[in-house]
Amino acid sequence: MIAFILQRLVQAVVVMAVVGLVAFSMFRFVGDPVDSLLGQDRTQAGVAELREALGLNDPFPVQYARFMAGAVQGEFGVSYRLARPVSELIAERLPATLELAFVSGLIALIGGIGFGVYCALRPRGVLSNFIMSASLIGVSLPTFLIGILLIWIFAVELRWLPSFGRGDTVDIGGWTTGFLTVSGLQSLILPAITLGLYQLTLIMRLVRAEMLEVMRSDYIAFARARGLSERAINFGHALKNTLVPVITVTGLQVGSIIAFAIITETVFQWPGVGLLFINSIQFVDIPVMSAYLLLIALIFVVINLIVDVIYFRIDPRLRAESAR
Amino acid sequence: MTRTTLVALMATTMLATAANAETLRWARAGDSLTLDPHSQNEGPTHTLAHQIYEGLLQRDMAGEIIPALATSWSVTEDANVWEFKIREGVTFHGGQELTAEDVVFSFERAKLPTSAMKELLSSIETIEAVDDYTVHMTTSGPNPLLPSNLTNLFVMDKGWTEENDSAAPQDFAGGGTNYVTTNANGTGAFMIDSREADSRTVLKANPDYWGIGTFPLEVSEIIFTPIQSPATRVAALLSGEVDFIQDVPVQDLSRVDADPALKVVTAPQNRTIFFGMQSGKEDLESDSVDGTNPFADVRVRQAMNMALNREAIKRVVMRDQSAPTGVIMPPFVNGWSEALDTVPATDVEKAKALMADAGYGDGFSVTLNCPNDRYINDEAICQAAVGMLGQIGITVNLEARPKAQHFPLIQNGETEFYMLGWGVPTFDSEYIFNFLVHGRGDTFGSWNNTGFNDDDLNAKIVSLASETDQDARNATIGEIWDVVQTETLYLPIHHQVLNWGMKDGINFDVQPEDQPHFKFMTFN
Amino acid sequence: MAVEQTRITLRERIANALDSDLFHAFLASPITIVATLCVLVLGLAALLAPWVAPHDPFNAATLNLMDGFSKPMEPNAFTGNMYWLGTDDQGRDIFSAILYGARISLFVGVMAVGFAIVLGVSLGLIAGYVGGFVDTAIMRIADVQLSFPSLLIALLIFGIVRSVIPVEHREAMAVWVLILAIGLSDWVQYARTVRGTVMVEKSKEYVQAAKLIGVKPWRIMVTHILPNTVGPVLVIATIGLALAIIAEATLSFLGVGVPPTQPSLGTLIRIGQGFLFSGEWWILAFPALALLVLALSVNLLGDWLRDALNPKLR
Repeated sequence: MIAFILQRLVQAVVVMAVVGLVAFSMFRFVGDPVDSLLGQDRTQAGVAELREALGLNDPFPVQYARFMAGAVQGEFGVSYRLARPVSELIAERLPATLELAFVSGLIALIGGIGFGVYCALRPRGVLSNFIMSASLIGVSLPTFLIGILLIWIFAVELRWLPSFGRGDTVDIGGWTTGFLTVSGLQSLILPAITLGLYQLTLIMRLVRAEMLEVMRSDYIAFARARGLSERAINFGHALKNTLVPVITVTGLQVGSIIAFAIITETVFQWPGVGLLFINSIQFVDIPVMSAYLLLIALIFVVINLIVDVIYFRIDPRLRAESAR
Repeated sequence: MTRTTLVALMATTMLATAANAETLRWARAGDSLTLDPHSQNEGPTHTLAHQIYEGLLQRDMAGEIIPALATSWSVTEDANVWEFKIREGVTFHGGQELTAEDVVFSFERAKLPTSAMKELLSSIETIEAVDDYTVHMTTSGPNPLLPSNLTNLFVMDKGWTEENDSAAPQDFAGGGTNYVTTNANGTGAFMIDSREADSRTVLKANPDYWGIGTFPLEVSEIIFTPIQSPATRVAALLSGEVDFIQDVPVQDLSRVDADPALKVVTAPQNRTIFFGMQSGKEDLESDSVDGTNPFADVRVRQAMNMALNREAIKRVVMRDQSAPTGVIMPPFVNGWSEALDTVPATDVEKAKALMADAGYGDGFSVTLNCPNDRYINDEAICQAAVGMLGQIGITVNLEARPKAQHFPLIQNGETEFYMLGWGVPTFDSEYIFNFLVHGRGDTFGSWNNTGFNDDDLNAKIVSLASETDQDARNATIGEIWDVVQTETLYLPIHHQVLNWGMKDGINFDVQPEDQPHFKFMTFN
Repeated sequence: MAVEQTRITLRERIANALDSDLFHAFLASPITIVATLCVLVLGLAALLAPWVAPHDPFNAATLNLMDGFSKPMEPNAFTGNMYWLGTDDQGRDIFSAILYGARISLFVGVMAVGFAIVLGVSLGLIAGYVGGFVDTAIMRIADVQLSFPSLLIALLIFGIVRSVIPVEHREAMAVWVLILAIGLSDWVQYARTVRGTVMVEKSKEYVQAAKLIGVKPWRIMVTHILPNTVGPVLVIATIGLALAIIAEATLSFLGVGVPPTQPSLGTLIRIGQGFLFSGEWWILAFPALALLVLALSVNLLGDWLRDALNPKLR
């Protein structure tokens, strides 16, 4: 087990280095930071000067080495856009994104497994068919449109929920949370639904499909034959056995929730790292972009590790294989 | 959520609104980037700074220059020296008294290499405090327009700034951070209360403001939220979550206006939208004809100018929220005349004839570069132009990109046909000529991607800076415009119109630079 | 058996197909028939757009800006022209734009998913079956890949292509660049799923038995393991097709995608969402409805296919 984790950790370091390289080479195509840093009143001489000062004229390997050397020490420099240390900015914004991702992940997981199990247990039911079809609407429209439609209905027409921002937040030791205020919780609802809808549908369909398959397998028939209760069969055996693929996909989805938060945060002006990133792209704020990408990579690597470990524990066949 | 909690919630919200009648919830597309007034030369940053900091002089809501921290200013006997009398009895939010020392410090700070404002002050050689309330600025040559360069130059307290190790604006390459990026100590009508970038900035009225009695000052608190997505911004206004927004999408104006609780105020903006063409190259890369540059022929440029139907763009794309024009200069600018601003008539037949004369009767194809997040409906304008140019045989391939990718194309000469918008902060033609007409060089022509470079004209443009005889100067300006117009150097489209949406009870005029100064705002 | 089949005539083959379990299952599910009809009608209309559509919305020179914002089934106030579903802000006939747009969206979607499946399934099979270093390498590449939101990959590919493709071809290549971008950002799902299945399947007796009797590894993969991955791959692919179409729309929301003069369904929606509050509902509603029907039908079809193809579910 420890050897397994160590091996994965080494791989993780390689992954991060590659992400750094790809991320860094990408910036040359996003635009020119000098353009955003200097106002309309710039001169050609001023442009050349700033480019030199920022080290943008150095050869690519030199720039990359400098960037990675800083990144290893957690030092990403100063944001071109907001003139503040990148690490500080990210630390300030991360709680907003993580809270949003957590709530939408929760919605996706609870809703997805709940609906999925229900639809699998009553595959011919009217309600099941309705849920299956209705859930597809969530994946048949782009996220930004769902967000705007929700704003239109619940903020503009009904005026039930706020259309933007996080509401009032409470600062607990540097972590700003929206969980403790009414306006904070209200503000979470629309973005979390927007963000979680796609994942909910995916998990639900997966749970249903896997569960239907398991329900028809021999050992469920044996379990029935042994006279086990429906409840024990459904949840003790069938659901448990559908969880392996569900965990894989959910693990992957946690990462993509954070990535897709970019769109949701833009639509709802949610002050998280996704919005920070989008603003950074528009400004070509290289230090923030690179730090964000490395952060996302780190989150993914950690999630992958956790998924692998859980896999390892749930599926005995894999354990046997690695022992060999 | 149960019905009772909902009702209770709504009641609390309503109570809260009633109790803080003078709280203004303000939203616009972009946030201020920094509280350091010299670190970014950019609209939203200056707008927030104007509430907190003040300059020697400022533009009021009509765009006229009025006194701020200077009570008077004039050229001394030496034409190169300007004298500014500093207002007495002004204190910073931290309690420090304003003196000439602070002004000198601030201007020197704004001239440092890491300042974004240095280009506007390039003509100033020395700044000195003659006494506690008099400042002299010596320029490299006579500079009659100096005051109009100073409206966005804010004064900081010397002692406070130095104590907090922020004597120079943020050095992006050097690392470290500036205290003044997140803290402010100005003389303005509002004091910073709290700020989270991209999320929420709260300002409170300054109880010791010198302007009490001079300005209405009815706003006691400002809550500023940037809302990037246009639809969300409008939704926030429609749902009553904000009281005042800038940048209302033109298609939503009628909906906002039709809402009995809201209104829209519009005014011409200090910005003109136009197309530029690379006419200097021997051959274009993006066109379909080999060996020649169709744009080099003035007849082609004239034909394109005639093909554009500016009225249709105004009516459909801009929903009547634009002023079609024939010149790349907003009406506020010195040098503007109605004759120049005359909208070229749309004449497709004549344009086709001109194309044929020039030898392009069969047309050609070319790539148009266009921003899609910078100007009002920029991409839609470009699309409309594609159709109109198509009617005279020019097949235009449209490439629309975010501004961070679009503007470097112009900067680096990588585009041959492009959209650009231009505002004139100095309200004088010289500013346009320096950047857009003078041939491209180290200090001039940084935005001139037309390839146009005429030595005589360049000399005339440079002479404007030091010409003190207003009549002679205006005559030269007229001559330069004649060349720009006969050469059809640019294809002007329209002057943008600014739209501010607000609660019905607010009285506020649109400021032509898109800079609301909330000390002028009143309520019914 | 495979050899015998080649001798069967076309007519017999059709007769066999019509008599197959699959076809009977198809007839038994009305919702699937409706979905199939929707996909067929939309697909055909999109395919035949240049002959079916009353206007050519991609030819900018034929558009009249003054036709802009015509209401559905009402004559335009200035030009008097009437359009079934109205026009957008450029005077494009919405109905024609939907047909042409669906054409681009479907093309991008099908090609991108096809590309992703080929890449993902092959890599997943290899990783899962071969294991060891190859597995590690492929799955770590997948991790790196997953670390990047697809819109970033698209931005990167766009940037690179911009510097490689000559200026005059850039617009024409935009669709291919999108396919590459979306396909490349989507293969990991297939690879991981297939690999997971393979790892479970390959320890099963029948695979071990095949190995023992000396069947070549690639043959085992293709004939024995691959069919077991069809179910999960189909589930992902159906959603993937809708997802690819929507990814294209999302990219266009961020300003990257097909040129605005040749809008896809997603681009039409992106343009239309700006008119949600202003009363021109048809600019958003009809393209969104078309996308919804298309994606919904594809998904329903996929659902049914999945159940019908899965031998364990029969």
